[in-house]
Amino acid sequence: MNDPDSKKAGFFSRRSFLKSIGTTAVAGAAVQAQAVADELEKVNAEKTIGPGAVPVTLTVNGKQLKLQLEPRVTLLDALRNYSSLTGSKEGCDRGTCGACTVMINDVPVYSCMKLAIEVQGQEITTIEGLAQDGKLTAVQQAFMDRDALMCGYCTPGFVMSVTALLKKNFRPTADDVRHACVGNICRCGTYPRIMEAAFQAAGVPVPTSKTEVIRYA
Amino acid sequence: MPDTPAPKLSWPAETKYISHSTHRIDAPPKLKGEARYASDIQAEGWLYGMILRSKWPAAKITAVNLEPALKIPGIKAAILVKEGERVVHFYGEEIAAVAGATKSACLDALKAIEVTAEPLGFAVRENDAKKDDSPHVWADAPNVGTPKSTEKGQVDQAFGECDAVVEGFFTTQVAIHHPMETHGNSASWTDDGLTCWASTQGITSVRDGLAGPLKLDHSKVRVITDYMGGGFGAKFGPGPHGLLAARLSREAKAPVRLMLTRFDQALAVGNRPSSFQKIKLGAKSDGTLHAYDLDNYGTSGLGTGGTSAGGGSGIDFPAPYIYRIPNTRVKHTSVATNAGPSSAFRAPGNPTASFGMESIMDELAVKLGMDPVELRIKNDPSEIRQKEYKLGAERFGWKDKYKKPGSSPGVVKTGIGCAGSTWGGGGSNKTQAEVQINPDGSVEVRMGVQDVGTGTRTVLAVIAAEVFGLTPEQITVRVGDTHFPPGPGSGGSTTCASVSPTLFATCTDALAQLQTQAGVTDAKGDNWTAACKKLGVNPLVVQGKFAQGLSSRGTGGVQFAEVEVDTETGLVTVKKIAGVHDCGLIVNKITTESQIYGGMIMGMGYALYEERVMDWQSGVVLNPNFETYKLTGLSDIPEFDLVLLNMPERGVIGIGEPAIIPTASAIANAVANAIGARVNSLPITPAKVLAALGKVPPSTATAS
Repeated sequence: MNDPDSKKAGFFSRRSFLKSIGTTAVAGAAVQAQAVADELEKVNAEKTIGPGAVPVTLTVNGKQLKLQLEPRVTLLDALRNYSSLTGSKEGCDRGTCGACTVMINDVPVYSCMKLAIEVQGQEITTIEGLAQDGKLTAVQQAFMDRDALMCGYCTPGFVMSVTALLKKNFRPTADDVRHACVGNICRCGTYPRIMEAAFQAAGVPVPTSKTEVIRYA
Repeated sequence: MPDTPAPKLSWPAETKYISHSTHRIDAPPKLKGEARYASDIQAEGWLYGMILRSKWPAAKITAVNLEPALKIPGIKAAILVKEGERVVHFYGEEIAAVAGATKSACLDALKAIEVTAEPLGFAVRENDAKKDDSPHVWADAPNVGTPKSTEKGQVDQAFGECDAVVEGFFTTQVAIHHPMETHGNSASWTDDGLTCWASTQGITSVRDGLAGPLKLDHSKVRVITDYMGGGFGAKFGPGPHGLLAARLSREAKAPVRLMLTRFDQALAVGNRPSSFQKIKLGAKSDGTLHAYDLDNYGTSGLGTGGTSAGGGSGIDFPAPYIYRIPNTRVKHTSVATNAGPSSAFRAPGNPTASFGMESIMDELAVKLGMDPVELRIKNDPSEIRQKEYKLGAERFGWKDKYKKPGSSPGVVKTGIGCAGSTWGGGGSNKTQAEVQINPDGSVEVRMGVQDVGTGTRTVLAVIAAEVFGLTPEQITVRVGDTHFPPGPGSGGSTTCASVSPTLFATCTDALAQLQTQAGVTDAKGDNWTAACKKLGVNPLVVQGKFAQGLSSRGTGGVQFAEVEVDTETGLVTVKKIAGVHDCGLIVNKITTESQIYGGMIMGMGYALYEERVMDWQSGVVLNPNFETYKLTGLSDIPEFDLVLLNMPERGVIGIGEPAIIPTASAIANAVANAIGARVNSLPITPAKVLAALGKVPPSTATAS
């Protein structure tokens, strides 16, 4: 966040809060509706832009992306359709499935719930930005080792959620992993494997589900 | 196809990769975000496509004006689904489509299209549509179809001969597939023909389904599916969206990517039909089943089909499910409603059939004072499943855990239940494959099959590696292209049993040819590179067909569930699911396990969370999103105990579908065992649990 206040641990100004609406971190917080409306009016009054395309510069995976976007274009749309970064997936386009999860300043965020124009100047990391020189990260490697992916469409989102968790919590518990992934949905049913992968990536003992091959005789 | 006489093949007894675990060979591109799914395709100059859908559950469309849409900046094409006056039959039916340079332009264009319509009467609930005075879904046909009835033995007389008779009424919901990647495709129509990058389970069915209506030769249509994000039965054929994308591309003279929204997904591209099952079951005092009567109706949406014998998308299902009963009467009646069409959904008919049958079996066990597992073993004709029950019950600790229904003390009660599954599977003898061995030793496998997330690519790499004595990483697997030799559609749990024997036979032949050409007796493993070098300039390309004797049909599994039910809130928490599944010859262990987990987890959703809700007054789908259509999440996951029953002598069989079948039934039986009252309706919501306990009045919302 650019707002200096927000850098203080545990402190969110109302303005930085408004800017971060859409992050999973603030889900559930309660704010007076009138106060939100007042603040929105102030923020909006700062500058009127659009509705036509305007220059937008995004910092994605350490590189500058210079785009011409209508202000209503979401970060997900900008990544997937105005550049070739299609790794972040669109599963619902309304902040419910988590397939589009990216990190903004290391915080997992639904990119479909952010307008591209509002995340200028922030460090955006997408699934394409994790592996360096083609080498899988510990999280990606653990997903592969544990078969924590099937069709793979939800996978980038889960990898981002688990990666963001392990950045701030080196020794997660099962509840920590559940909490970190509560905003991600997988339809193929890879959940038990994702739990295993998160633990493997963290280097903590993996509570593997019991499976056994028995010869029928 | 006549099988050419060939030496009889058999799977090797000692293996390095087959029956072991190989990580998905396509995991790295998927994990790095490099894998290009149908929805990721960015063909040169591509446009967005979007569909305008009916906002009426039934209406006569008298006029559609596309002109205002065409005036929106960036819009390149706007087309009608059908010319002239027409009737739409459900909320979400396709009316028109647009193609434009941006998503925003398309959204604006959809809003601009002027539709003149005369709303018609409608019925979205089965029991409303059944009424004599209900509006007709189809003007010239009754909503209630002709029942499909079968009878065996002397049912009425047989019930009189029974020592115990139980009756029940069981209902199941309409459930929606909701793959994470929605239906859709990118279509590019040029003078050379049509190329379609489709999110599909059947590239061949998409090609043929496009070529026919668009009057193109099959040879002019190419369908590509490198990666796709799940289908679960709903993604066969091009669908209306496929045809519209192709037509928009022709009109706009540019590639068009048309992916459905999540909203669309809940309305128009398939679901699992509902059921209302009135069941009567009778047995002798020793538990031998003697008589069975089923009267079932349900809706598959606007269609009145229902004679699919449980194999497709109809409302009928196999009955009586699994068990041996000498006297049976079965009646299925399909009820048309103003709702989106059903389609095959993972083990069509079977989870539905299982819920009714396994529920009434437990009622019978209680009445007879028999152990539910014993009752099943006694009446199950499958030796394999009998053994699975014994094995599973022992691992699960069934005998220690099983208590009289409702006897669990306290507010949060525990209970256990079990259920079985049966499935066909088997391989398709139409499958073909091509293997190319290059002089540098590299190997390419080409098959016109698609990997829908089940691990088909990896299975192919495992088999080629095994035959050639290489590692799976050394095999380049190319699938998902109609330019390759034809493979099966990914349905009916037949893919693995189709492609494995085919590729095994092709690779075995290729190895023999390589050895002949290179003049060596063993080209495998360490000798591979030297042998391939002797090919000279040209690669060796070998085509092959499905080989008999390496796969088989018919599979079964059993599952056990343990639940906790909070009798104050009605919340059901699944604590454990144990499964024993017949896996035939396991090709790749780790992906087999994943398939079974996936089935169980999807089965949990069917049991507890998922239900399409329609508003009878407005005719709309009320929960076309993931906020209100609830799917199983990571936090819901219980402890699992999985046994893969390995029977290599059976060859390859399927596992994707059998795994989902018994889960909901086992959970439902566990809930009944916990609280001593049966929730006879899926999904088992807290409200239904509290109603079964007599703490709240039963809901009339879905059953009136």
